[in-house]
Amino acid sequence: MLLLIGTVPDPDCGLVAGEAAPDPAGIRVGGVRFPVTRGTPALIAACLAAGRVLGSPPPAVVLGGDIGLGGGSRLVYRHLVETLPRAAFSVLTFHYLQPDVDWHNRILLTLEGLPRRPQLIADAGYMYAAKMSGEAERYDLFTPDAGELAFLADEQAPHPFYTRGFILHEEQKVPELIARAFRHKNAARCLLVKGRVDFVACEGRILETVADPCVAALEPIGGTGDSLTGIVSALVHAGWPVAASCGIAARANREAGRLADPSPRSGVEALIARIPEALRRVLDSAAPVRHIQD
Amino acid sequence: MFGWLKRGASRGGEAPPAATAAERGILVFENTSEVIRAEQRLRDSGRPVRVMGPPPEIRTGCDLVIEFPLIEELAVRRLLEEAGLQPLQVVPVSGPLLKPVDLFQVKDFGDFLMIRAANMKLTFEKETRRIVNVSGGGCPDVPYLARELVGKTLEQAPEPRRIGHTLCGYALQLALEESRRRCSS
Repeated sequence: MLLLIGTVPDPDCGLVAGEAAPDPAGIRVGGVRFPVTRGTPALIAACLAAGRVLGSPPPAVVLGGDIGLGGGSRLVYRHLVETLPRAAFSVLTFHYLQPDVDWHNRILLTLEGLPRRPQLIADAGYMYAAKMSGEAERYDLFTPDAGELAFLADEQAPHPFYTRGFILHEEQKVPELIARAFRHKNAARCLLVKGRVDFVACEGRILETVADPCVAALEPIGGTGDSLTGIVSALVHAGWPVAASCGIAARANREAGRLADPSPRSGVEALIARIPEALRRVLDSAAPVRHIQD
Repeated sequence: MFGWLKRGASRGGEAPPAATAAERGILVFENTSEVIRAEQRLRDSGRPVRVMGPPPEIRTGCDLVIEFPLIEELAVRRLLEEAGLQPLQVVPVSGPLLKPVDLFQVKDFGDFLMIRAANMKLTFEKETRRIVNVSGGGCPDVPYLARELVGKTLEQAPEPRRIGHTLCGYALQLALEESRRRCSS
C-alpha cells in the first residue's frame, strides 16, 4: 500500500489520517474535504487520478495542518513514529513538511527497523531534511526542480535559501549538478529533476531526458511539480521500476499540461483533470521505456 | 524593504562593522518569525546585526540566526526581553556563517514575468502587476503564502516575511522584492 505524507495550510486542521478519495470540491481524506490548488492535496489528487488508470487501490494519507510554524508537521512525525511499526506500506512519499532533522532521523530509524523497508520517495521540505541529515542515499527517489537540485549539489547548504552563488541554478548545468549531488552523497538512489527538460538519473548516471511535449506555461503554475510527484508515486506503487516510473510520469505530466492548454495564470486543477487521459496515452506508447531498470 | 538581506548580501561574508570574527555571537530562536521580530528590534536600536544561516552544530532544519557583537550581549538580551523575545541560545561564532541567496533568475512569458529566488518562483502579469502564480518551495507555509499573494498586485500583496515563517517564505519575499524593483526601474 502507498502512504502519502504532507501538510495543508490550515492551522486548525490538526492531524488527519485515512484513505484518500476524489471529491467534487477536491479530495477527501478520512472524510475531511480539502481543496486542490497546490501542495500535498495536488499530489494526492494526481496520485488518485493516476491510480485509477493503473487499477491501484486509493492511497493512505497522513496530513497535518501547518502554515510554517511546524506544529502540524510534528503531529505527522509523531504519528508516523508511533504507527509505522504496525503498518505494512510498500511505498512512502514525503512531501510539504517542516524540515526537521531530528524527527527525520527518528522516522528513518523506525523505517530501518521494519521487517521489510518500504520504497521511499521524498519531495519538497522532507527532501531538504533528508539531504541535511546526510542520509539521502537511503531514499529511492528525490524529485527536485532546478533550484532544489542546486541545493542538493551544494554540499554545504542546509536549505535552498543558502545555496552558494557559484553553484548557478541554470538549466544547462543540470548534468553537472546531478553529478555533484551524487558525488557528495546528497542524492537519493534516483533523481527526477523537473524543468524545461526533465532528467532521470540513477546512481550517478543520467538514464533519460524528457523534453516533449514542451509546455512552457507549466513552470510558473503552482502545483505542477506536486502533480508529477503524485504520478510517479502511483507508478512506483503499481510496481514499475523507479527509473521507468520517472520517465512515464514526466511524459504524462507534460501531456496532461498540453491537453489542459494552460497559461501562466492557470491553476493545477485543470492539469490534474487531464492526467488519466494523458497517462493512458503515455502507457500505450511506453514500450521504449519499459526496459529502463533502476 | 527586506533591506537587511540585501545589506547582508552586499557585504559578502564580512562581519557586522562593529565586531571582528572573534567578537561575534549568534542568537538562536524557536522559529524564523521570532528571528525577524528580534532583528527588527535590534536594528531599530542601531545595532549592527544581520540574519544568517546557523552553523552546522546547531542546525535543526528550516532556521536562521542573528549575528551580533558579542560584547553587547547584556544590552541585547535586555532589549529582547523588553520586546517579549527569549533566545533559545546565545553562542559565540567560531566559523563562517552561511549567507542567504542573492541571485535571481527571470523568465519572460510575454504578458507575464516569472522571478525565481532560490527555490521560489513568483509570476505576475506585466500590465496589471497582478500576481498570477506562486510555485516552487517545500516548506509548509508555501501553500499558505501562495493563497495570500495570488490575485493581488505587487503593491497590495502582503509581505511574506511578515506572514510567513520559513526560509521558503524568505525566498518568496526576495522574489516579490525583485519583482517590485523590476517594475519600478
